[in-house]
Amino acid sequence: MSARSEILHRVRAALDGVTGHQGTLPPVAREYRRTGEHAPGSPGAIDLLVDRLEDYKAHVHRVETDEAVTALVGEVLASHFATLDAETGDAARSVVVPAGLATHWVDGLPSGTTVLTDSREAPMTALELDEVDAVVTAARVAIADTGTIVLDGAEDQGRRAITLVPDVHVCVVRTDQVVDSVPEGVAILAEHPDRPQTWISGPSATSDIELSRVEGVHGPRTLHVIIVQA
Amino acid sequence: MSTFLGMPSLAAPGASRRGPAADQTGADRTRVGDDVPHPDAPLRWGETFPDAARAALNNSQLRRNLAHATSTIRAKRAAVVGEVPDWEELRTAGSDLKVRVMADLPALLEEFEKNFTARGGIIHWARDAAEANRIVADLVKATGETEVVKVKSMATQEIGLNEALAAEGIAAFETDLAELIVQLADDMPSHILVPAIHRNRSEIREIFLERMEHTPEGMTDAPRELAMAARAHLRRKFLAAKVAISGANFAVASTGTLTVVESEGNGRMCLTLPETLITVMGIEKLVPTFEDLEVFMQLLPRSSTGERMNPYTSLWTGVTPGDGPQNVHLVLLDNGRTNALADDVGRAALKCIRCSACLNVCPVYERVGGHAYGSVYPGPIGAILTPQLTGSTGHSDPNNTLPFASTLCGACYEVCPVKIDIPSLLVHLRARTVEEDKARHRPTAWGAAMKAASFVMADSTRFATAEKGTAALRLLAGKKKRVTSLPYPGSLWTGARDIPAPPKETFRQWWASTHDDSPTTPEDAS
Amino acid sequence: MRIALAATCLADAMFPQAPQATVRLLERLGHEVVFPPTQTCCGQMHVNTGYFADAMPIITNHVEAFSPVLDDEWDAIVVPSGSCTGSIRHQQAMVCRTQGNEKLAVTAEAVAAKTYELSELLVDVLGVTDVGAHFPHRVTYHPTCHSLRMLHVGDRPLQLLRAVDGIDLVELPDAESCCGFGGTFALKNSETSVAMLGDKMTNVRSTGAEVLTAGDYSCLMHIGGGLSRTRSGVRTMHLAEILASTRTEPAQPPTVGDPGTDRSATSIEVSTR
Repeated sequence: MSARSEILHRVRAALDGVTGHQGTLPPVAREYRRTGEHAPGSPGAIDLLVDRLEDYKAHVHRVETDEAVTALVGEVLASHFATLDAETGDAARSVVVPAGLATHWVDGLPSGTTVLTDSREAPMTALELDEVDAVVTAARVAIADTGTIVLDGAEDQGRRAITLVPDVHVCVVRTDQVVDSVPEGVAILAEHPDRPQTWISGPSATSDIELSRVEGVHGPRTLHVIIVQA
Repeated sequence: MSTFLGMPSLAAPGASRRGPAADQTGADRTRVGDDVPHPDAPLRWGETFPDAARAALNNSQLRRNLAHATSTIRAKRAAVVGEVPDWEELRTAGSDLKVRVMADLPALLEEFEKNFTARGGIIHWARDAAEANRIVADLVKATGETEVVKVKSMATQEIGLNEALAAEGIAAFETDLAELIVQLADDMPSHILVPAIHRNRSEIREIFLERMEHTPEGMTDAPRELAMAARAHLRRKFLAAKVAISGANFAVASTGTLTVVESEGNGRMCLTLPETLITVMGIEKLVPTFEDLEVFMQLLPRSSTGERMNPYTSLWTGVTPGDGPQNVHLVLLDNGRTNALADDVGRAALKCIRCSACLNVCPVYERVGGHAYGSVYPGPIGAILTPQLTGSTGHSDPNNTLPFASTLCGACYEVCPVKIDIPSLLVHLRARTVEEDKARHRPTAWGAAMKAASFVMADSTRFATAEKGTAALRLLAGKKKRVTSLPYPGSLWTGARDIPAPPKETFRQWWASTHDDSPTTPEDAS
Repeated sequence: MRIALAATCLADAMFPQAPQATVRLLERLGHEVVFPPTQTCCGQMHVNTGYFADAMPIITNHVEAFSPVLDDEWDAIVVPSGSCTGSIRHQQAMVCRTQGNEKLAVTAEAVAAKTYELSELLVDVLGVTDVGAHFPHRVTYHPTCHSLRMLHVGDRPLQLLRAVDGIDLVELPDAESCCGFGGTFALKNSETSVAMLGDKMTNVRSTGAEVLTAGDYSCLMHIGGGLSRTRSGVRTMHLAEILASTRTEPAQPPTVGDPGTDRSATSIEVSTR
């Protein structure tokens, strides 16, 4: 008997008399909240998201217009590059963006910054990404209650590797992408469950040493979230 | 054997079985911590719980580390659970969903298989640890690689995968910080979530200095510096790795999606950068639909790390062309799970989502630590899961002592996010142990005492007569009115606790003399 | 009300002061107390140690002794013990079923439905929190695990204690952690049990209380045994003893090493019917 047949046989034998699939089990009690206190995109939801992200030591910025995004991305990365220059000496700086990102968001970068474009068709290698200083992406949905931003690999969010290897992630979230609760976020993600998803709640962190939290381990050590009015 | 921080010395046979890291070791070491015997069987290390606990209790450093860590995580969990108004409703839904998964397991496994395979994933089935290890080793060999990176995974701990791969000439590098600490020290995990919880920062610093390449000059024991040293150490591995091995937290039957919940980004590195990804997962890890993640992704992070959400969760469904590993395998593991499934009561242990909240609140775990449980699954959940996965090999099986390693205080049940009634399962497994002894016609001292007590306590006349026996204790207590020393087994009590002098008059004697006009038993006359 | 008392085997033999105080208290509140004479034990020790078959005769005896409550012979059953109440409510029927006795299981459930731990009876059934007690001593309260997590008595015992005249009630640090008793756990895993006991005693001593109280003499026997061994000067008393104490019939905390009934007669004297 193949391992598959044998295991399925063992499972069926173990469940002899238990007849869940025949509908005799009571339905799953879903008495929990399926929506949060705040409507999607509402000021309350945005405030909650900001509070949660800051609790994770993410840097949160709020802007009103698309033009302001461009300016802020430039400002944030200019400041980061200046820090890098001070630590490791002047060098050519580079930023990677997914192929479908609104290109004008990176129009305000410091002069001399190389903007690299990554896509599934023309992917960068891990070693190449390791030389890149930062990544700028959009997001699929943000869950305020838990301070979670989800990327699902759509063209403005890119391959998983680009938001992993560079040390700084700048993520632009539209206010109409912000929902209050986890169930509301999952409902949106369930529209494309087969897409590779990355749920991000703050910069990488560990609590493995005496359970005291340290931000910044293997993933990006710095996370900037720019919330733009839709 | 001379050991450093409990690490077996190089001269010890099998010192470096767990992986390549321990090969980079020096010579003589001074012993700082406890000895952690390196077991052959990840689910049965050899000592009984009381014996192993005794040794652990003597390690005051261990007790300090555990008390500090568990009290920290308890407070964090309580804070983030307290802010969820529908926590109890979420627990109920989580429990209901897992009950349904167990009841529907054959259909859900087949549904998952169909969906995962349709998206280019390849499924393998493993009846036991040896079969799972064989499958993984063959898959790695087929790539021509001799090194793999690993995401922390209880399933691969349970089957002893690293040792099995090492025997095949394949080096497995643990990338979770705590697993790295455990692997470098050639130690064993002592906690489901934080395997190195028994180590404090200065011990970890010493382990890194001793056994990790390229540690920075002047590294202190600040957690941030230690984490950065691990980052630098592992980054080269991640960027070069061709094969990764992971576990999975959830598998969605309706979509064929796998999920890994993590914090550091080492999981993302392993799940994203290599060409080949091999996931090992127990068959009980399924959830029916994608929407069900809305329940578990609220329950798990708050229960485990005490965060509203863990930093990173990765979901993948088979192969995504151009993004992530293009060779995606999943090994579905039984390894005793169907034993547990066959027990109507014991089955509930399979609801576990490995959050470790029960360990953190357990007063027994807090005192003795994880190694005393003799299994990679320690604490309350380990005490009900391990003996079911292994089955009993007989009266002297050390795993038979695990269901007794609890005061039944119930703290574990109270925090369990999927409402596993651990105290009731412990009692059920105790009864199973007793029944197995009876079936083997194996008389025990406990059995004889319980039978005698049953005879006495089932009848008020016999009980009242027996109560007179306390007069002997009164004599023993004497003028100081307390018993301070009894022969074995009474000494197990009087070693640290007095017994007060029994009263001159039992309650029923007092009642007869004060309330009863017509005593109903002859013993009532005082 | 007519209330049947389940004295518990341990208190009957070793700590009669708890059921005696329960009787005194309930009679003072104007209720009639009955002691069904064939009672012995609820079977908890056998059940929790895994000896289900040997527990059956004990459970059978308990259910039979208290089944008159089903014929309304009594209005309720009171137990001055959280763990015995828990076993009656959550284990007896389960054990009957594993041993194939559905009929007894059903009767056990019906009896259990009328069975209350003392603080439950007072607060929920009798609707009283101020029982008119007087106890001018410094007291700390240990919530026993089974009363807390099996019965969910919550702060009922504290409500009762707060209403006691003259009491100086101090909070016990880390109150909800187990004292390490666990029935046969205290013997089978005595080192771990003692480690837990040690931490509990440290917390008790830190309160400066004269008296440690709880709703269960099993845990009090454990903690009290440790406090006595270490000559701590802290005495143990059941919640019922404090609630039974009045100005006219004051209960004195027993002196160290004298935790039995060998103390002033006033504390155990009651008015007979």
